[in-house]
Amino acid sequence: MSSSLSYAYYPGCSGQGTSIEYEQSSQAVCKALGITLQEIPDWSCCGSTPAHTVDHTLSAALSARNLGQAEGMIVNGVITPCPSCLTNLKTASHRMKDETFRAKTNALLEKPVNNTLPIMSVLQVIYEQVGPEKLKEKVVRPLTGMKLAPYYGCIMNRPPDVMDFDDCENPIAMDRLMEALGIEITPFPLKVECCGASYGVARKDIVMHLSGKLLDAAEDCGAEAMVTACPLCQMNLDLRQGQINSANKTNHAMPIFYYTQLIGMALGLDEADLGMKKLCVDPGKAFRKMEARKAEALEESVVRRSGN
Amino acid sequence: MKIGVFVCHCGSNIAGTVDVVKVAEEARKLPDVAFASDTMYACSEPGQDGIINAIKDLDLDGVVVASCTPRMHEPTFRKTLERAGLNRYMFEMANIREHVSWVGKDKEANTKKALDLVAMAVAKLTQGKALISKKFDINKRVLVIGGGVAGIQAALDCADGGLDVILVEKTTSIGGKMSKLDKTFPTVDCSSCILGPKMVDVAQHPNITLYAASEVEKIDGYVGNYQVAITKKATYVDWDACTGCGLCMEKCPSKKSTDYFNEEVGTTTAINILFPQAIPKKASIDADFCIKLIKDKCGICAKVCPTNAIQYDQQDEIVTEPVGAIIVATGYDLFDYTKYGEYGGGRYPDVITSMQYERLLSASGPTGGHVKRPSDGKEPKTIVFIQCVGSRDKSIGRPYCSGFCCMYTAKQAILTKDHMPDSQSYVFYMDIRAPGKLYDEFIRRAMEEYGTQYVRGRVSMLYPKNGSLVVRGADTLLGKQVEIEADLVVLAVGAESAVGASKLAEKLRISYDNYGFYMESHPKLRPVETNTAGVFLAGSCQGPKDIPQSVGQGSAAAAKVLVLFSKDQLESDPQVSVVDIKRCVGCGKCIETCPFGAIEEIDFRGMTKSNVIETICQGCGICTSTCPQGAIQLQNFTDNQILAEVNVLCQQTLEKSFE
Repeated sequence: MSSSLSYAYYPGCSGQGTSIEYEQSSQAVCKALGITLQEIPDWSCCGSTPAHTVDHTLSAALSARNLGQAEGMIVNGVITPCPSCLTNLKTASHRMKDETFRAKTNALLEKPVNNTLPIMSVLQVIYEQVGPEKLKEKVVRPLTGMKLAPYYGCIMNRPPDVMDFDDCENPIAMDRLMEALGIEITPFPLKVECCGASYGVARKDIVMHLSGKLLDAAEDCGAEAMVTACPLCQMNLDLRQGQINSANKTNHAMPIFYYTQLIGMALGLDEADLGMKKLCVDPGKAFRKMEARKAEALEESVVRRSGN
Repeated sequence: MKIGVFVCHCGSNIAGTVDVVKVAEEARKLPDVAFASDTMYACSEPGQDGIINAIKDLDLDGVVVASCTPRMHEPTFRKTLERAGLNRYMFEMANIREHVSWVGKDKEANTKKALDLVAMAVAKLTQGKALISKKFDINKRVLVIGGGVAGIQAALDCADGGLDVILVEKTTSIGGKMSKLDKTFPTVDCSSCILGPKMVDVAQHPNITLYAASEVEKIDGYVGNYQVAITKKATYVDWDACTGCGLCMEKCPSKKSTDYFNEEVGTTTAINILFPQAIPKKASIDADFCIKLIKDKCGICAKVCPTNAIQYDQQDEIVTEPVGAIIVATGYDLFDYTKYGEYGGGRYPDVITSMQYERLLSASGPTGGHVKRPSDGKEPKTIVFIQCVGSRDKSIGRPYCSGFCCMYTAKQAILTKDHMPDSQSYVFYMDIRAPGKLYDEFIRRAMEEYGTQYVRGRVSMLYPKNGSLVVRGADTLLGKQVEIEADLVVLAVGAESAVGASKLAEKLRISYDNYGFYMESHPKLRPVETNTAGVFLAGSCQGPKDIPQSVGQGSAAAAKVLVLFSKDQLESDPQVSVVDIKRCVGCGKCIETCPFGAIEEIDFRGMTKSNVIETICQGCGICTSTCPQGAIQLQNFTDNQILAEVNVLCQQTLEKSFE
């Protein structure tokens, strides 16, 4: 199994800092699911948001350098947890299908890139190569009773012809994986809305407005926590939740998980390896509500049985 | 042999990139060419007169015209030859426009290629011979497929013109899409009030035989003599006995059957009459929902029917009708909007199609004409209409404009205000397309008198919030994002070709475009004809059309049939295969390969031979390449003619290679 699910792993910069818990939990979950991750040697920044706003070729070169580093490895493809890194890697690869663009990009690189490796998110690999069915079999601690709003962010699936994964308006990969853990998925309508992304630095008001809307909508549809697959989304919703509350005069206390953290919990992995303590809004609340609902359900079934 | 060659300028269409004077000059040197000249427009009256004069003055035996595609003007020039006293088949056309001048810019290369084509045509003609058409009797009955407004109009016009009409309708009633509409633009008159009388006329016309709940199974034969097999689908009700009293509908306990007529707004009973004005007004059973047919229980309708019309064991039945012409009026279907994730992909009950909204507005609809939204039955106050859903969008493979959505959306906005004066309608549009008589005025009325807010831009998403739907889109005139909280969202779904259109086209041997719409013979000059003789088109099966256009085409197709039937006999095309009985060894290979069943086995003085039934042969030529003896020859495309073309082409190349 390990040989068939072996990938070159691109952690991305935020995984080293602000989203270290995403990075840790992704590694832990992949290990538990038999996905072998080989970190790309001497990987560098993908260019993030600034590079492609300035120069497409330069931006592609920054990402492509990492693809080139991976090309010598014996792997099925390059995978990364971060949708922003994913977009840059995939866009670079997509643009380099054009011979002229590839030549221009390769001219900037020490080692020319053949552009042969497929690029995927960790989510896509878990969803397509492991799948909800197999994941369900491995669950030791079901998260039954938890009510979640699944939030994918705006770039995980878009533009669809580049990203080539799931439905770009109504993605379901994370829904199905969470359901496999026993979690109840609420009909969250803003799955692919923008959280405000990096405007948190330059125009905080935009993030307050957009992320605020996400939190409002999640609460409206009865979710007790949200689950994300993006470091930036998670940061805006979690770290800035207090700022959002004071800007919008709201009272949200909505735990914001990475989907890998919840899979890890259900697989019975050590909480320390999942970085639960790194979350800003106390995640304990979501688990307490889950336990309460579990107990309630148990009581009900006991009553029903004794009634019979 | 004396051949005349005429090289057409076609204005600058050909002369712009082909040296036509040189082509004529070189053509003069070809063997058998007695005359060659260039002419500004060969098809014009002076052009044709020039051909006639040359034939008469020089006593020509045949003519080659080097000009455009034979699809348009071959018949023109053949008539010209006849007027000059020549046989119409002593004519060849070299297509130096579509095959040369329009596809290449290199004048020298073009001129060479044009000359090659002319030389081939001349060579072919030297091997040609006069062909004489035969006459055959025709059956003056017409088949109309589809009982929408176009088919109804065509059927009535043909019947009034004295023809016997067979009208075949797939559903259990005629009326088509128009019967589902509440009102019609731009006059806002009641759709069923203007369509109803026409439907009754169909039922009462002595010349019209109506097959409802029926489909065309198979079509054999040729213009003037078609044999059409029609499947009468089992309705489980004896329609001769059924009086349409509706008692069965009242008593049927299976009340959750799909209501196709009402676009699934609400449900109907398993046994039902499609709608109150249905023609024929007969009950039929939906086998998917009938308890008797599924579980062999119930049987209530049989008990209550006062005329004992219920027949649970009824089977499909095939009837054959001989006809001489066919009018296809199979209409269109509506785009499936669930392909659009941004409009909810079918997840939100209060996002409905324009046709569903039409049923909500209709007094005979499931809500009695009171607009109630599907989720909670409340009357909506804010209604958002989204136009171009499945039109003008390359990303979902529908780049064409459906043409009528702008107009019906304006109509629905007007009706909304009429039904609910305190409501507010918004319309998201890309461009307003209202190029018809009184159409633009109608749009202005929706805006100015009825206060409809038109927002120019696309909707990017909609999502539920507190029981309503937030519609977010761009206002490209203000250059900003807009969000409207709507109680109901109506999608102006576009038209696409009818389900099964391509299958029927294959039965009819007519062609269709990339989207399944049937191809007319010429987009401007032969809009209701097809390239199959005797088959005509009416209405939206050829492309999206509104009611006036569909009715116009229905009448036009009927006129074409009446013209066709104005003679008692038609001339057959002599360009068919002919068996040389001396050469035929009776192997029967041609019989096996003929796709039309046009070749039969005959006994000729005790020997087995093949024989071509001229009226069935379509002139495809498959038999000629199958025959091991070269005994079967397609007239005007004989082996000798084709070899003559090949020879003249290869000789030139040979000469060049020796240079």
